[in-house]
Amino acid sequence: MNRLEKLESLSIYIIREAYREFKNLCMLWSIGKDSTVLLWLARKAFFGHVPFPLVHIDTNFKIPEMIMYRDKLAMEWKLTMIVGQNKKALEEKRTFPDGKVNRIECCRLLKSEALKYTLSGEFVRYKLNLETGKYEIWENKEPFTGVIVGIRADEEGSRSKERYFSPRDKQSEWDISEQPPELWNQFKTDFAPGTHIRIHPLLDWTEIDIWEYIKKENIPVVSLYFNQGNGKRYRSLGCWPCTKPIESDSKSLDEIIFELKSGKLKNIAERSGREQDKEDGGTLETLRKEGYM
Amino acid sequence: MENENNKDRLNIVVVGHVDHGKSTIIGRLLVDTNSLPKGKLESVKKFCEKNSRPFEYAFLLDALKDEQSQGITIDIARIFFKTNKREYIIIDAPGHIEFLKNMVTGASHAEAAVLVIDANEGIQENSKRHGYLLSMIGIKNIVVVINKIDIINYDEGRFKFLKEEYNNFLSKLNILPYSYIPVCARDGDNIVFKSEKMKWYNGQTLLEVIDSFEKEIVDEKKPFRMPVQDIYKFTAHDDDRRIIAGTVESGVARIDDEVIFLPSGKKTQIKTIESFNETQQSQIIAGMSKGITLKTQFYIKRGEVVCKTSEELPCVAHTFKVNLFWMGRFPMIYGKKYKIKINTNREIVYLDKILHIINASDLTTEENKTQIERYDVAQCVLKTLKPIVFDLYIKNQKTSRFVIVDEYDISGGGIILEPIKDEKSIVDKHVEQREFIWEKSIISPQMRASRFGQSPKFIVLTGTFSEKIDEIAKNLEKDLFDIGKNVYYLGSPKLLSGLESDFTTFDREEHIRRIGELARILTDTGIIFITTIVDLDDFESELLRSLNKPNEIIIFDLENILKAKDDIFILNTNYDVDTTLYKIKNILLNKNIIMEYYI
Repeated sequence: MNRLEKLESLSIYIIREAYREFKNLCMLWSIGKDSTVLLWLARKAFFGHVPFPLVHIDTNFKIPEMIMYRDKLAMEWKLTMIVGQNKKALEEKRTFPDGKVNRIECCRLLKSEALKYTLSGEFVRYKLNLETGKYEIWENKEPFTGVIVGIRADEEGSRSKERYFSPRDKQSEWDISEQPPELWNQFKTDFAPGTHIRIHPLLDWTEIDIWEYIKKENIPVVSLYFNQGNGKRYRSLGCWPCTKPIESDSKSLDEIIFELKSGKLKNIAERSGREQDKEDGGTLETLRKEGYM
Repeated sequence: MENENNKDRLNIVVVGHVDHGKSTIIGRLLVDTNSLPKGKLESVKKFCEKNSRPFEYAFLLDALKDEQSQGITIDIARIFFKTNKREYIIIDAPGHIEFLKNMVTGASHAEAAVLVIDANEGIQENSKRHGYLLSMIGIKNIVVVINKIDIINYDEGRFKFLKEEYNNFLSKLNILPYSYIPVCARDGDNIVFKSEKMKWYNGQTLLEVIDSFEKEIVDEKKPFRMPVQDIYKFTAHDDDRRIIAGTVESGVARIDDEVIFLPSGKKTQIKTIESFNETQQSQIIAGMSKGITLKTQFYIKRGEVVCKTSEELPCVAHTFKVNLFWMGRFPMIYGKKYKIKINTNREIVYLDKILHIINASDLTTEENKTQIERYDVAQCVLKTLKPIVFDLYIKNQKTSRFVIVDEYDISGGGIILEPIKDEKSIVDKHVEQREFIWEKSIISPQMRASRFGQSPKFIVLTGTFSEKIDEIAKNLEKDLFDIGKNVYYLGSPKLLSGLESDFTTFDREEHIRRIGELARILTDTGIIFITTIVDLDDFESELLRSLNKPNEIIIFDLENILKAKDDIFILNTNYDVDTTLYKIKNILLNKNIIMEYYI
């Protein structure tokens, strides 16, 4: 088996293990390339089906193409699509684009907090009706106790220290100094009531692995990753006020892969277009300890 | 364009005693191979300047804030890096004893290891302990790096002395390192570039050595082993396939191959190999996570191992000898219930006997210890409630390694050395002891039997649909009652609300144990005791039979889950209440439990 096949196999094993061990399981889908690969791996793990809900946190500042693409795939692949957001913060305009808080605080409110209370079921959750294509209030208020997340170890420092199965306490906090041992393919799947778990099937994948796999499997990705003729494309997707496109002519998967491997993006950090990273002293640790992905 | 899909990736762990320079070596390796993102080196240097601290290469890796402020590595980090030959994930493992579980975690995901020793401090406790753990984890590709050689003035004599001393130790563990390299990681000597300061050293640089490591590719040639991870049937999504999903640990299997599920012993042939977005496959090989469908449909559980009948089969045993490394917060003790996770199986396990504790830093052994303490390496005997499937460590590493879970935490890890045969199972031992101290009544079982006109029986109904077997059991109780039998039916929910109110989560093994003990008491009163248990397997039925001894059990299986026996009857009645009751009563008639005129 080659490198991509090995990566795929381990990820499938991890996703199946999560499905087996956690009754209230969901997968986070940010619409970006990594979590889309994760979604694809779930389809491979379950032979074309996705037997758990996909959760998307809508900050209201996502690039519109992302939302269109999300709903198109959700309909096509018959996903249980759940959307949540921090309505209160948005109503009170406590956001960076509205000028009331800084970038870090904005991330904390619209992402970390929205995620925390969407997972716990305390915020209103919306479910896509696959017949009508419209979102409706989801009656299920049960908290998710297992959350599959598409982070990669090569993204930044604190992510390189993650486990495949990572426990979080009731406050969603990450106790970095006391991570459980993870021997061979035996993961921590026994939990005291009240804790929940994040599962990271993509930990060993690099940015190039992701693109090569997208090419190999012909996975549809959102068009923002490609140059649309203006000499710009997104390398990493987020909210429009804080994510800048990069200068790049890459129009195809091959061109993107070439650019990352040998072209001008070789040795340039992937998240260099993300402004919130810079305000956290170069690491996302502060945000991530509180539950940021 | 060059297609690099096939470029290999090797996981390497860097281990050694604290402060011997593991993170510095990796930092230097990254800098000298231009593997860092643009600006990273400059920004870390600037950060050091601003905080008036001397720059260290280790800061490039110690990403966590606590690590930077304390100058130590707390948890493993994965670092990606590549050479012309292949790609690497370097796993930077911490050297402090209190982070040993993190080191073991890192090493268990590696295929090669760099062992770092400080030339000045020499071989320390963790240099040896890490060496020992690497041998237990089974890493064969090992290079030893003697770092900080500048402090001892690049002295060849000292290098040779350390090499010999350490080699003596490693040879006792059957570790033969690929080589020993004298380096000064801070200055980059012999890391990527050959050092000019050590003319006496003609060997390879560290980079050259790791590039020459060879990956082991033997798993395909070993007998086929696929632990069942799950069984899927997505009927709700209009999919009627019943797929046995799993990752192949070793070997190859093809369509039409005859397979055996262990420990249940059920045999059939592979019908199809299942996957998604792929062309139809005819074989499934080591490393693949796919699925199979079977020619015969029978009941299978997660944890069973699919093997081929044409090949050597694994061991199936409930008592076995292991090497165990303990890292739990509490010691491992006798009499306490633990869980063992091996392959995809999870069973209850007890510590049966400590053979000896090995001191990993000098390899001396200590007998007479009564518990296994944190960071101990022990050779011991474990006993599971049900037999488990495994290979011997020397035959197949992947299917011989296990972890031990204490409450909620993985607290130990190890490898199975050999099964121990002719040992009594935990249950047999317990029953023997229980019957020995059982307070005998003045009323004998015969007196009760003649009073009630029946011999006591424990009747269990099993199947997949709990409502249906409950309904049949209730009706059976009524029918037996109507003909004057002294009978009692207990449904599982009744047990759960009272006798099992101490369960925080449902514990199936304990549930079955309690039913078995309860049956022993109820049948001792002379009654016919009826209960239902969903998806009973062969070992659970054996457990109930043992626990109910000396009284008799009769099991009716409506799903064809069990192997038929003198006291196990398979009823292919499709859960139809009347037909099932008729068949059951016929069997009871044959066993003289009821008389002919009642049917």
